[in-house]
Parts: sequence; structure tokens; C-alpha cells
Amino acid sequence: MMTAHPLIRLLDRGSTLFLVLLGAFAIAIPVLNLLMPEGSALHVSTYFVALFGKYVCYGLLALSIDLIWGYVGILSLGHGAFFALGGYAMGMYLMRQIGDRGVYANPILPDFMVFLNWSELPFFWYGFQNFFYAMLMVLLVPGLLAFVFGWFAFRSRVTGVYLSIITQAMTYALLLGFFRNNFGFGGNNGLTDFKDILGFNVQAEGTRNALLVTSCIALAVCFLICRAIVTSKFGKVLIGIRDAESRTRFLGYRVEAYKLFVFTVSACMAGVAGALYVPQVGIINPGEFAPGNSIEAAIWVAVGGRGTLTGAVLGAFVVNYAKTFFTSGALAPYWLFMLGGLFIGTTLFMPRGIIGTYNNWRAGHADKAEARSAEAKAAAPAQPSAAE
Amino acid sequence: MGKFHDRILAFAVAIGLIVAAAGFAHAGPYEDALEKFTTDEFSDTAEAVTAVATSGNPLAAPLIAALQDGRLQFSAKDKKVLIKTADDKLIDAETGKPFAGTPPDDLDTVRVNNRLRGVIDAANGALTLMAPDPNQRYESAQQVFKSRDAAVLPAVEKALESEKVARVKKVLNEARAAILLAADDTSAADRIAAIEFIRARGDQDSLALLQSLPADLPADVRAAANGAIKTVERNLALWNTVQNLWYGLSLGSVLLLAAIGLAITFGVMGVINMAHGEMVMLGAYVTYVVQDVIRTSYPGLFDYSLAIALPLAFIFSAAVGIAIERSVIRFLYGRPLETLLATWGISLVLQQAVRVAFGPTNKEVGNPSWMSGAFDLGGILITYNRMWIILFTAIVFAALLAMLRFTRLGLEMRAVTQNRQMAAAVGIRTARIDALTFGLGSGIAGLAGVALSQIDNVSPNLGQGYIIDSFMVVVFGGVGNLWGTLVGALTLGIANKFLEPFAGAVLAKIAILVFIILFIQKRPRGMFALKGRAIEA
Repeated sequence: MMTAHPLIRLLDRGSTLFLVLLGAFAIAIPVLNLLMPEGSALHVSTYFVALFGKYVCYGLLALSIDLIWGYVGILSLGHGAFFALGGYAMGMYLMRQIGDRGVYANPILPDFMVFLNWSELPFFWYGFQNFFYAMLMVLLVPGLLAFVFGWFAFRSRVTGVYLSIITQAMTYALLLGFFRNNFGFGGNNGLTDFKDILGFNVQAEGTRNALLVTSCIALAVCFLICRAIVTSKFGKVLIGIRDAESRTRFLGYRVEAYKLFVFTVSACMAGVAGALYVPQVGIINPGEFAPGNSIEAAIWVAVGGRGTLTGAVLGAFVVNYAKTFFTSGALAPYWLFMLGGLFIGTTLFMPRGIIGTYNNWRAGHADKAEARSAEAKAAAPAQPSAAE
Repeated sequence: MGKFHDRILAFAVAIGLIVAAAGFAHAGPYEDALEKFTTDEFSDTAEAVTAVATSGNPLAAPLIAALQDGRLQFSAKDKKVLIKTADDKLIDAETGKPFAGTPPDDLDTVRVNNRLRGVIDAANGALTLMAPDPNQRYESAQQVFKSRDAAVLPAVEKALESEKVARVKKVLNEARAAILLAADDTSAADRIAAIEFIRARGDQDSLALLQSLPADLPADVRAAANGAIKTVERNLALWNTVQNLWYGLSLGSVLLLAAIGLAITFGVMGVINMAHGEMVMLGAYVTYVVQDVIRTSYPGLFDYSLAIALPLAFIFSAAVGIAIERSVIRFLYGRPLETLLATWGISLVLQQAVRVAFGPTNKEVGNPSWMSGAFDLGGILITYNRMWIILFTAIVFAALLAMLRFTRLGLEMRAVTQNRQMAAAVGIRTARIDALTFGLGSGIAGLAGVALSQIDNVSPNLGQGYIIDSFMVVVFGGVGNLWGTLVGALTLGIANKFLEPFAGAVLAKIAILVFIILFIQKRPRGMFALKGRAIEA
């Protein structure tokens, strides 16, 4: 294993399969949506394109949680906050793109500011008309918050459930703040009524497909970054921290620095997920900061299998597909029972999640096969001796 | 309408009083005043109204009410005043007996204009100043203090003469002082005396009154007023602090009530129970069901509904808690993060179950009579429900401490907390203690639900609002220490209420959350951390 080529180490079978599948979806869905005539059996509706794009963003959020929970053992219940902050940064860019096409036709101020009788743009809105500045903020704002938060938390060795609880308090505090009108982010209505992104209409089919493809690419890139981190020597230290933090510290590793780095990277990824999510959904509001959202994202990871990366994405897809399926039908009142049952069932009966359980089963299978062949080998030399 | 108008009124009232005081031989002031209604002149009517109001005659109130409603009739020829009742019967205003015989043919309604309406309002005020019920007199005097209507001054003075109840007399004096201060033609000595009364009263209204005094007062009056303003301001600041403390105590006790069960499950057992808020919610719904049954079957028992609900809520929530511990949590000991997720799932299921059973809307839970209302204590208003909740919290806390300290179960709980293996080795059935401890924590959450049903909306989301706050309290106070929870809850409650006036409710809450996040960095185990190695396990 140690001698394997870095690329081979990076792309094991599961990862390759994952990237191939993701690529296939990223190509097939736009093709089937744009090229197949409506009514054809192969046609994919635009609704599905948007839905799938949303799942991809959730998958990216789950991936970011898996990186820190699965490999460093930090259960953040505040990743929804990083996701939402990235979303708000993108939302601010999209708001500025509306220009004078808003209800109040103010070329600079978004509608809600005109409505609140504000005369000028607050300073923290400066620059968001520039796409690249906005994208920088998508990474920077969640990253900076995570860095500052993590710097305080890890340095004073806040771990385990305490960390979970204060991350939850963090997202709760942001929730309360963003609900306020005078915070300057649209209060409880949030940011919506987007028109253009980079000059393309966000509602148009082509833009939706482009956003889907972009989301898939972002997911793939982030996946590779995560793989690179966890398969490197650095990643081994992370797993060491997860399994025996004190021992790792006693071996001379600076645990805080490792944690802080991964936490910040993870927050940036969550921010990217939020930024891609907003133009596809068409709205960002403070509800995204709700502590419940972050916990739900954690359960996607648990369902798919933490510490597997692919499992996190799979979990996000499975749970969210189930959510869409059940909440849209007559079964809607029972969805929360199912979600609650999923939380309980996964932790009790499938603690390793789908991928983890599958890997276990395969490993068990391989063990058995190995044992069988070993038995056979053991039996083979035994025969001559019996003949003697 | 300015000073002139007031003066006219004062004059009118004065005339009325003179007439009243003169006491003509043949009849009382009331009877004399009646005649004035028959002249069909607004000014005469005004005098009559004032005179009637201060006459103390029991017929005064119905007469003025009739005038207000356009039911007062007069006959100029016969000099007769009649009250027409709502069902068109005529009553003789002089005797109060039904009017016999044919009504005079020139019967007409006594006319009322805007100015007269003002006089009538003042008269109504004066009338209630004489009301037989002291509470009504008290309220009325307060009303006069706020309105400072000069027209009522004679009525106030007359009421002062006959008033026996001390607290009403005090307010009447204050009302008189307020009127005198507001009037232009009061002598300096009277003003200074009046300022004394206002200073003694010392509330927000007094301050407003003192600050509204004109600038060109004589120097000695000005000095007295400034001195009084300072005293009142100091007084108000003091009461404001007391009020904030009280609100903080009230909020702190609610936090404590919600967190105390969590302090047991999280603090003593180390179990993260995200469904704790739902135990509170279940307790509140038990209260609702109890009240519902009482309302439909035993309406007489309504005042006892909370007393009935308390044990039921405790038992129900405890039973649910034990069921959760036996079916889910015991398999997850030693895996806190997974316990967190599983109990979150349980909370979703419980919420949805209640939503399906009772509907998503708020349920009406009534306050028993002994919990509604309020009383004044010095400068603050104390509502009974807050007061009872603080008391209740104190009782629950004390009972819990006593239970842990003095009962066998408490002893075994502490033993298991401190050293599970040793406890098991000396024959304590640790699994049973785990279940009972969890049941106890949940049961106390149920009790909290009964209390919170009195001040919060009873809906499936009730528990959600408390769960984060409760965790903050427990973590801030120090895990595994009930006293820490007490101090934590009260500190956070009081800090929140003292921040609110400066920052608003939401920002105060955010500030508190940020403070706790920073505090945990400094003291990761809370204010009163357990010392030793046990906590690392």
C-alpha cells in the first residue's frame, strides 16, 4: 500500500466509480433535457434538472461534513451556517445583478433596502456586483468564520459534544441575527427574485443545466481535494486524532493546527455548496441557518457512511430523494416519522452507514474467501502427510 | 381648547360648589341644580352637571349617564327634569320614582355640545371619586392624576374631605398636587407643597409632570422642582434595576426549570438528550388534556387543574423517558455523538406524533384564577403567574437536591455517576439506575412543561424553543453540578434582561450566545467544573 502510486492511492475503486457516475449524470441529464424533445420517453424535465442540481449541492455539503466528522471526529452542528453564508454571498451578487429591474427600480439598492427607506448601500454590500469578488467572499466568509471559531475552540480543547453544542449555538445566533431587518440581509424574507447570473437568465433551461454541470464539477473537485487530504500522510494524522487525540498530541503532532486546517477547508466547501445552491433554488433566507438543517445534514452522512466520502454524497442523495418523494405525496405527514426513524435506525442498526456496511460485508466476504483458500492450502500439504 | 376653556370650567365648577355648599333651606344642592337643566342654556347645563356630580346624591350617576346618551328630558313650563330609561319609561329626576301622569306637552331633550361633553367627562370622573367601592375610587384618582384636569379639582378636594381609606387618600392628594402644579395661578407655596407630594409618589408619570413644568418659575419653586426631579430619577433608576432583576429572575427560573432535567441526563449521566425539549412539550400537552377533561366534565375543578396535571405530567414524561432509555439510549452509551443524532430523531418523531394527534396549531391552556392578575410592589408590577413559576422552580430544585442527597435512589445515582464499576461491584443494579435517572430527568422536564404551558404557546414546537437555551445553561454552569445549573440559569436570565433595554431582545440573546461560546473557550467545563479524572472518561 505504501508504495502505491499517489494517483492510484487517490482513486481507489469506489472513488473512480463515484467520479464516473457523477460525470455520467453531469453529461446525461443536460443532454436528455436539452436535446430530447418534450414528451419523448428519454426527456428529462427542467424540474428534475433543478432538483438534481440541488441534491448535488447537498452532496457537497455532506462531503464537507464527512471530511471533519468521518476523519477528525468533529461533529459540527453548524455547517448549515457555512452553507448559508456562502449562499448569502452568492445571493448578494445576484441581488446586485437585478439592477433597476426590481419593483422599485432603484439601480443600486435592492428592493428590501428601498422598502426599509435606506438611502445608501451598507459598506458590506460594496463590491458584490463583481462576480469574482463575490466568489472570493463565498470562500472567505465561511472560511474566516470557521478559522476564528476553530482557533478559539480547538486551542482551548473544546471537543466532542461540547463542540457540537457550541457550533449549534453559533448557527442559532446567526439565525437570530439574519432574521433582523437591520442586519442588512433582507430580514426573514431573505434574498430572492434573482434575474441574471453572469448575464444569463437564472430561470432559463440552459443556465439551469450549466449550473448543474458546474455543481457536479465543484463536487468532483472537492471530492478529489478531500481524497487527497485523507489519503496523504496528513490524513493519517487526522485519523490518529480522531481515534486517540491525546496520544497523537503526545507523539508531538500539533493537533489544534491539523483540526483548524481541516475545519476551515470543510467550511469553505460548505460555502461553495451554498453558493451553488442559491441560484438553483432561487432564494436564500435565514431559515437555512436553522440548527435542524445542520443536524439533518449530519444524518445524511451517517446514513451514507461516515469516513467514506462517497457515502456522504450517497447519503445526501438517498435521504433527499426520499424527502422529495414522501413530502410531495399523501404520505407527507409521515415523513418526519420516517426521518426520525432514520436517525434512530441508522445509529442503532447501521452505525457505519450504507457504504461502511457494504465495505464490511465485502471485507467479511473476502476474509471468508481468504480463509477458505487458506484452509484449502492448509489441507493440501496435509494430505501428503496423511499419506505418509 | 386652552387655558381659557379650563378656566371657564373651573369657574363653572366653582359656581356649582358654591351653590352646593350654600345649601338652600328648601332643598339640597342636587335639587337646586336640577332647575338649571330646564333653561335650555349650555352654560346653565354645565353648571348643573358639575353641581349634580359633586352633590353626592345617588341619582347623580344615572342622570349624567342619561344626559350623555340624550335621554335627559326637561319641561321648561313645569320646571321638571325627567330621565327616560332605555325602554322609554320616564323617571322623575328629583325623586327617582317613576313619573306618574301625563308627560308635559313641551317635553324636550337637554341638548349637549362639545364643551359640555368635556364637562360631563369631568363630572363622571368626579362621580367615581365618590363611588362606594374604594378600588374604583383609587382607579379614578389615578385617572385624575394622569389627566390633571383642572375642572375636577373641586371634586378632588371634596373627595379628600370625606376619604377614609389611606391609599386612596394618598392618590387623591397626589392628584390634587398634579392639578395644582399644572394650573397657572397656583401660589409658590402651594406649588412647593404640591411638588413634595409628587416627589413622594416618584414614578414615571411624576417625572414627566415635573419635567413639564414651565421654565419661568420662581427660584425657590424651581429649586424644589429640580430637587424633586433628581430624587424621582434616582428612585426610578433603582426601581428599574429591581424590575430588571425581577424579570431576569423570572426568565432565569424558566431556563432553570427547562434545564434542570437536562442537568441530570446530560450532567449526571453524560447523555445528550436532544429530545429533552419534547419532554417539556409532552408535559404541557398533559396540562392541556387535563384542562380539556375538566372543562367538559368537571368545570368546578378548573382551579385545581395544574395541581392535577403536575403528577400526571411527571409520570407521563418519566414513562416516555424510561421507554426511550430502554429502547434506544442504553445501546448508545459511550457514543455521545450518536446519542445526539438518535435523540434528535426521537424528538422529530415525538413532535410529529403530537402534531398528528392534536393538530399543528397552538392549544389553549388557561390560567387558573390564582395564577392570573398582578399586583404592585413598590414601583414594579408583579404578575402572579411569574411569581408562582419562580416559587415552583425553587421547590422543584430543592426537592431534587434533597432527593439526590437523602434518598437511597439518590445515593445510588451519585454512586453510579462517580464510579460505575465500583457501584456495580457493591451490588447496585446500574442499568436500573440509568433508566430511573433518565426517567427522573424526563419527569422534571414534564413538570417544567406544566409551568411553561402557563406562559408560552402550547404547540408541537414548544420544546424546540428551549433546547438550545437549556444546553447553554447546563454547559455554562458546569456539567454534573446542579448548583452550577442554578447559577448558570439565573446569571443568563438576569444578564439577558439587563442587556435587553440597550440592545433589544434579539441582540441581547445573540450577545449571550456569543458570550457563552467565548466562555466555553476559557473554561471548557463550565463555571463549576468537576475536578479530577472522572470527566475525561
